[in-house]
Amino acid sequence: MELSTAKVHRREFLKNSAAGATGLVLGFYLPQRASAELAPVAAGAFAPNAWIRITPDDTITLVIDKSEMGQGVVTSLSMLLAEELECDWTKVRTEFAPADKAYFNPIFGMQGTGGSMSIRASWKPLSQAGASAREMLIEAAAQKWGVDKSACRAENGAVINTRTKTRASYGSLAAAAAKMAPPKDVPLKDPQSCKLVGKPTKRLDTPLKTNGRAQFGIDARPPGMLHAVVARCPVFGGKVASFDATKAQGKPGVKHVVQISSGVAVVADNTWNAMEGCRALDVKWDEGPNANLNSAAITKLFAERAEQPGVEARKEGDAASALSSAAKRIEAVYEVPYLAHATMEPMNCTAHIRSDGVDVWVPTQFQTTTEMSAAKISGLKPEQVHVHTTYLGTGFGRRAEQDFVLEALETSKAVGAPIQVTWSREDDMQHDFYRPASYCRFTAGVGADGMPVAWTNRIACPSIFSRFFGPESLKTKGLDNSSVEGAADIPYSIPNILVNYQLTEPGVPVGFWRSVGSSQNAFFTESFVDELAGAAGKDPYEFRRQLLQKSPRHLGVLELAATKAGWATPMPAGRFRGIAVAKAFDTYVAQVAEITVDRKEGSLRVHRVVCAVDCGRVVNPLTVEAQMQGGIVYGLTAALKGEITIDRGRVQQSNFNNYDMLRINEMPHIEVHIVPSTESPTGCGEPGVPPIAPAVCNAAFAATGKRIRRLPIRGEDLT
Amino acid sequence: MSISFTVNGKPQTVDVSPQMPLLWVLRDTLALTGTKFGCGMALCGACTVHINGEAARSCVTQVSSVAGKKITTIEGLSANNNHPVQQAWIEVDVPQCGYCQSGQIMQAAALLAKKPNPNDADIDEAMAGNICRCGTYQRIREAIHRAAGQHTAALPSSVTASLASAGR
Repeated sequence: MELSTAKVHRREFLKNSAAGATGLVLGFYLPQRASAELAPVAAGAFAPNAWIRITPDDTITLVIDKSEMGQGVVTSLSMLLAEELECDWTKVRTEFAPADKAYFNPIFGMQGTGGSMSIRASWKPLSQAGASAREMLIEAAAQKWGVDKSACRAENGAVINTRTKTRASYGSLAAAAAKMAPPKDVPLKDPQSCKLVGKPTKRLDTPLKTNGRAQFGIDARPPGMLHAVVARCPVFGGKVASFDATKAQGKPGVKHVVQISSGVAVVADNTWNAMEGCRALDVKWDEGPNANLNSAAITKLFAERAEQPGVEARKEGDAASALSSAAKRIEAVYEVPYLAHATMEPMNCTAHIRSDGVDVWVPTQFQTTTEMSAAKISGLKPEQVHVHTTYLGTGFGRRAEQDFVLEALETSKAVGAPIQVTWSREDDMQHDFYRPASYCRFTAGVGADGMPVAWTNRIACPSIFSRFFGPESLKTKGLDNSSVEGAADIPYSIPNILVNYQLTEPGVPVGFWRSVGSSQNAFFTESFVDELAGAAGKDPYEFRRQLLQKSPRHLGVLELAATKAGWATPMPAGRFRGIAVAKAFDTYVAQVAEITVDRKEGSLRVHRVVCAVDCGRVVNPLTVEAQMQGGIVYGLTAALKGEITIDRGRVQQSNFNNYDMLRINEMPHIEVHIVPSTESPTGCGEPGVPPIAPAVCNAAFAATGKRIRRLPIRGEDLT
Repeated sequence: MSISFTVNGKPQTVDVSPQMPLLWVLRDTLALTGTKFGCGMALCGACTVHINGEAARSCVTQVSSVAGKKITTIEGLSANNNHPVQQAWIEVDVPQCGYCQSGQIMQAAALLAKKPNPNDADIDEAMAGNICRCGTYQRIREAIHRAAGQHTAALPSSVTASLASAGR
C-alpha cells in the first residue's frame, strides 16, 4: 500500500502553516478556513477554521474529523471545541469531515483514526480552535458596541457586554467575526474552570442510535445503487483461475458478474439476490503457495523461531551472565492464536465512479488512503474524490484497511453504477487481517530473596507494519515495535533485561487489532510476572509494587485497583482473584478480576472486574468508563473464546456459532476508577483490553494452581 | 411473488422471491435500514424486529412467512424516540458504535412487554442472543431495569462516584 502523504498534498488550506507539506507532522497546527467546495459556507457565516461553522441563524456545526466507531469521538471532540468556544452545548450539531489535508492527524500525518490517538492528537488543536473562534466573536462584538474587548465575555453561544448586559448571539456576530484576524496563542482555560471537559457528559449520537437513524456504511442508499457480493479465494493469497458466470447470471435480480482484483463480484438489485447469485457462481481457484498451511505447522514454526535469538528489542545490563549466576532459573513458553476482528457491522463500502468524480460512502478509519484508492482506481484527481465517512459499526483496526473499499471502487468502475459491496459474516471472518498469533519463551533468573535479577523474552511474531506499510517500514532491521509493545517496555525494575524479536511470517495476513501488540504481550508478561511472584512465595500485588517503585503511574493504577477491589481482604470460599497492570498508548490500566472455577465442568466465570485507569486529564469520564468496559469485554472474549485456526490455507471459523462473542449472561460487573491527573490527556479506546486476560488467568492460577500459558482458556486448563 | 404485510402500521406489498429474508426486504426493498445485518444465521440478534409483537430474527425469517402479519422495526417502535426502552437507553448512555442497538432495543422492548419487571436472570435469558461487540452489556442491563422503573439514579456509573470522591 502506498502511504506517501506527499502524493495527497493538495488544497491550500494551510495559508500560514508549513506543517501540511511533510508526511509526519509533529506538534500541532490550526488549519484555516475550509474550502468552499468541501464545506459550503452560507453567506454571512463564520468558519474560522476547519472544525467550526456558525451561521446567522445561530446554528453551530462542529466538524468531526475522526471516525466514530463507538469510542465517543463525536462527543469528546465536540466537548473540546465547545468548551473553549463557549457555545450552547444543547444546540451543538455535528457532521463528519470530508477527506482533506486540513484534517490530517498531526501525529501520523494522515486523516485517520487509530492508536487510541484521537484525544491525544486533538485536544490541543481543537481547544485552540474553539478559543480562537471565541476571541474573534468577542472582538466582533466589542467593535459592534464600540467597547474594549475586556468589557465583553462569551457565554452559552453569545457575547455579553458585562456593563450594559447587552447580549449578541454568535449567529448575529458571524458575518462580522469572519472579518476578524485570528488571534495567536490564546491561552486555554484552566481545567478547574471548565464547564464540559472533565464532566460526565452524555453522548451526542445516542438519540440517532436508538431510533435506527444513525447512518452506517451499510445504510448508504445513493440513487441507482446496485448491490454486490464478492467471491474470494478461500486460501490466503490465492487467485481466480477461471469462472463460469452462467448459473449466477440466471439467478433472479443478478445484473452483472465481473472479475475484480480480489475475486469475482456478483452485482444484483438487492443484497440477498447478490448473495444467492454468488452462491451459484462457479469459480476455479489457483490456491497459491499457502494451500497446505495449517495451524499445527504454524505453531511449530513459531516454536523453532523462538529458539533463535532474533533482533534485540530491549537490552539492559547483561542478562546472560546474570542468568548463569542466578540462584534459580524459571522458564515458560506462552502462545496466543490469530484472532478476527468480527466488527459488528460486516465490511462494506459504497462507491460511485463517474467520468467527473467519485463518491465513496464508507465506514473507514482512514479517509486519506480511501481517497488515494479512489483516485487510483478511477484515474481521477484526489480533489475529484468525495469521501463520505459514515458511522462505523465498530472498527477495532479492521477498518484501517482498503480491501473492501477497492472492491466497491473496482466493481463500480466495471459496471458504471453506484455499487454497495456487502460482506457476509463468513466473508468477514475468513478474509480478515488477523491479530497475529504470537509465541514467546521466557527465562528469568531470581536471587536468593526471590526477586528477579534477569529477564529474557524471545518473541516470535508476524509483523503488522511489514504487511501494512511494506517491509521497508521496519526502522531497525527486522524489528516491528508493534510486535513487542507491552513486552520490550516492561516497567519492572529488573537489572538485566533482554527482549528479542523474531519476525515470523507463516502466510496469514495480519492487521491492527484493538490494542495491537499489547493484546498478547500483556498476557505474556503479566502472567510471567505472576509466575515469578508465585515462585518467590510472594503476594502478586505486593511483588509488583516492589518492582514498580520507579514507575509511579503504573504503581498508581495498581494500588487504586487493588484498594478498590479490597485486595487486602480475603475472598469468600470458592472465589479467587488475579491482578495485572499494563500501559498501552500512554494510558495506564490495572485490573483485578474475581472468578469462580467449576473444576468438574472445566469452566470459569468472571464475576467482577475492578479497573483503574490513568489517562491524564479526562475529557469525558462517561466515555472513559464505557471504553474500559468495552475493552474488558473485548479482551475477555478473546481470552475465553477467541481462536482462528487454519487448515489447508483456510480459516476454519465462519460465524458466531464457531467464533463466539461474550454475551450479556457472561458479563462481569465492571467498576471503573479514574486516577485524578493533570497530565496531558491520552487515549482510552484500546488500553482497557491488555490487562484482562492475565488478570483472569492469574485468578485461575489462584483457583487451580495451574498456569494458563496459551489462549484461549480451555476446559483442560481448569480441571 | 407478491406478498402483503404491515410494517410500522403501514400496509406494504412487495414483489420479491418468497425465500428472501425479511431483513433484506426491510433494508433493500423498503429502505428501512435501521434493522441491521450481522450474521445471517440468527446468531447475533442485530436484525431483531417484532412480528405480531414477538421478537424475531429477520435474517432467517422468509418473507413469505410474514404474509398478513404485523411487523414493527426500530423505526416504528415509537413516534418520537420515546418508548421507555429508548428513553432508558438515552438516559443510561448505552450505545457505543450503535450498530447492534436496534436489535438490542427491540429485544428488550419485547422482554418488557412480557415481563414488566424482569430480574437479572430474565434479562440474561432474553438478551443472550444479542451480541454487542462494543461490550455495552452492563449499561444495557441497567437501562432495562430503568425502563422497568426499577432504577432512578441520574447516571449509571461507578465512575461518577469515583470522580466525586476524587474531588472533581
